[in-house]
Amino acid sequence: MKKDTTSPAAFPQAEIGREMKGADAVVECLIREGVDVIFAYPGGASQELHQALARTDKIRTILPRHEQGGSFAAEGYARVTGKVGVCMATSGPGATNLVSAIADAFMDSIPLVAITGQVFSKYIGKMAFQETDFYGMTLPIVKHSYLVMDVKELPKIFKEAFHLARSGRPGPVVIDIPKDVQQAKFQPVFPATVEFRSSYANATQHASDDQLKQVLALIAEAKRPVLYAGGGIISAEAHAELKAFAEKANVPVATTLMGVGAFPEKHPLSMQWFGMHGSAYGNWAVDQCDLLLCFGARFDDRITGDTSKFAATAKIVHIDIDASEHNKNKRVQLAIVSDIKHALVRLNALAVAHKFTPPETKEWHTQIATWKKETPFRYDESKHIVPQEAVKVLYELTKGDAIICTGVGQHQMWAAQFYRFDEPRRYISSLGLGAMGFGYPAALGAKVARPDKQVIDIDGDGSFVMNIQELATAHIEKIAAKAMILNNQHLGMVVQWEDRFYGSVRGNTILGDENNVGGPENLAGLYPDFVKIADGFGVKGRRVHKKSELRAAIQEMLDHDGPFVLDVIVPYTEHVLPMIPAGKTVKDMILK
Amino acid sequence: MRHTISVLVENKFGVLARVSGMFSGRGFNIDSLNVAPTHDASLSRITAVLKGDEASLDLCVKQLRKLVNVVEVVDFKEGQAVARELVLVKVKADTKTRSEIVQIADIFRAKIVNLAADNLIIELTGTDDKIAALLGLLEPFGILELARTGRLALKR
Repeated sequence: MKKDTTSPAAFPQAEIGREMKGADAVVECLIREGVDVIFAYPGGASQELHQALARTDKIRTILPRHEQGGSFAAEGYARVTGKVGVCMATSGPGATNLVSAIADAFMDSIPLVAITGQVFSKYIGKMAFQETDFYGMTLPIVKHSYLVMDVKELPKIFKEAFHLARSGRPGPVVIDIPKDVQQAKFQPVFPATVEFRSSYANATQHASDDQLKQVLALIAEAKRPVLYAGGGIISAEAHAELKAFAEKANVPVATTLMGVGAFPEKHPLSMQWFGMHGSAYGNWAVDQCDLLLCFGARFDDRITGDTSKFAATAKIVHIDIDASEHNKNKRVQLAIVSDIKHALVRLNALAVAHKFTPPETKEWHTQIATWKKETPFRYDESKHIVPQEAVKVLYELTKGDAIICTGVGQHQMWAAQFYRFDEPRRYISSLGLGAMGFGYPAALGAKVARPDKQVIDIDGDGSFVMNIQELATAHIEKIAAKAMILNNQHLGMVVQWEDRFYGSVRGNTILGDENNVGGPENLAGLYPDFVKIADGFGVKGRRVHKKSELRAAIQEMLDHDGPFVLDVIVPYTEHVLPMIPAGKTVKDMILK
Repeated sequence: MRHTISVLVENKFGVLARVSGMFSGRGFNIDSLNVAPTHDASLSRITAVLKGDEASLDLCVKQLRKLVNVVEVVDFKEGQAVARELVLVKVKADTKTRSEIVQIADIFRAKIVNLAADNLIIELTGTDDKIAALLGLLEPFGILELARTGRLALKR
């Protein structure tokens, strides 16, 4: 990890700075918050900020080739480190290009600060050149936001923004700064602490021991308990505590996709992840359990299907830091508002103090073991490379130690099914929003944060094209993020739904020439030529379509010391299974 | 069910947009919404009357609490608060009907705040029931225009 030379702890007291421009104060604030990299695309209304960034050597400014790429990269950085990711754009179109990443960070609770330049304050509301009401536009998708009208407020606003982005349930914060505020000279006062009038924003949410004793009592009575762990475990850095607790209570664990890596998938208690395309055994276990312990998750529709039938016979305990998630999608018997790390630390301590003995659940564990053995994630071998196989080989060759980013679609599910994750912050994916084009820029951000790790974007040929311009960022900034494209010439997930529910009628889901569809058996029809595109960007690439060459091709990608595009040609006929159709139940699960 | 929610907010740029956006974005149905500063000029009180069941009201209150500029949220249960509304109503009134309308207003302890040749404006403060009763009686004379504050409430 990059050495953190600029931690906030280095500046413990409120401090009066020298006289400076607003833009320089912004940079000073970023340094004080420990920011070491910012993904920023300049324009008229943010130029002052770029000038100020040019005056410091404490922050690396990375120029993406599209603001959306920059903002997804900032998210990739945040998801991999747990630190606040920072992106910046100019007013108007620069700002609007940040919207997808802000919405994404809101859905997946990712700490993100998005800074935008705004037109001169005297022009606000006048439809000035490149003006948009970005504050108004982003209201429904931010944790909080600021339009800075007084330069003197900049230091306080930045302090608050970073605090809000990373505290409680993390999320995106927007700071919109008019150009005249960036230019104004003033003497900044940098506060050491933040305080809000809202008691909710000030408070830390901690479960009481009495509440947690009730949880232990419920476990002691259970015959078929299941732990349902979400992204909250990862945000709270509570994976070690979760493992200790699951072992103490001897409860099998199924994570959400946001929670992948929160519990080691190799662990005997792991049921990997469940939901629409999750493990059959995870879904069956949740369906048939008598006690469901939901820790740091939110009963998303991709997890529950029909909520009225979800875990219908179970008592449900829901521990979450956000009270508004309780009883939102699913009524629960015991709702506890708490930072999940605190709750788990106390649960472990209480279990020891009260000599908690796990309930007799041997039959349940045997049942789950049988399910696991009989119905693992699987695929049929083919004479061609199937996408699942490419993921599996990548897993083997990286020994499970890579950071995997994804786009959105079939490949995203296969990446989670066939790469096994034993640590948090290794499966980086746009899950709530499902934003295609996320994978490669997120991989750039991840690689910048973790240059010591292999970072591979497992992508689809549809998603990859959506931010393909970021190959330039990779080349120019020397960021060795790799892309492995599972190229099936189609929008695979939509095709799968067409095949299952729409009589295989293709509604704009073919990405090449529909009269000459490319594939492993029609190499001439493949479109576009990703190796040539990569070459144009100065990035090394290779196409592989022969099964016999797959392993060597992946090894070549891994061995290359710069960015790399591996174009893996796969048939479009594979479906992601299991599948619980939207709004349906576990009983409707499609297994083949 | 109708509920009265009182929300104390920081008097900052965009707060009303945040609160009303939360209501609309999450599908809550607002009957009335009143906003004005309190004795502390840095704070405003929003009083909202909502339709919905207990579960959706509970969610609404929790969502409001999450907004950074929201200082306090109180959901008034029946009888916990004093609630009033003010209405201004312009009624058609000529020399023949005027005295009868004034008589009705008197019974309701409403005030005549403007008098014109062919209409008058009545001001009434009261509960929803009282206002509804007055308006019902004025209806036959012809209500020309009407403005009301929506419910205001303070805890007893």
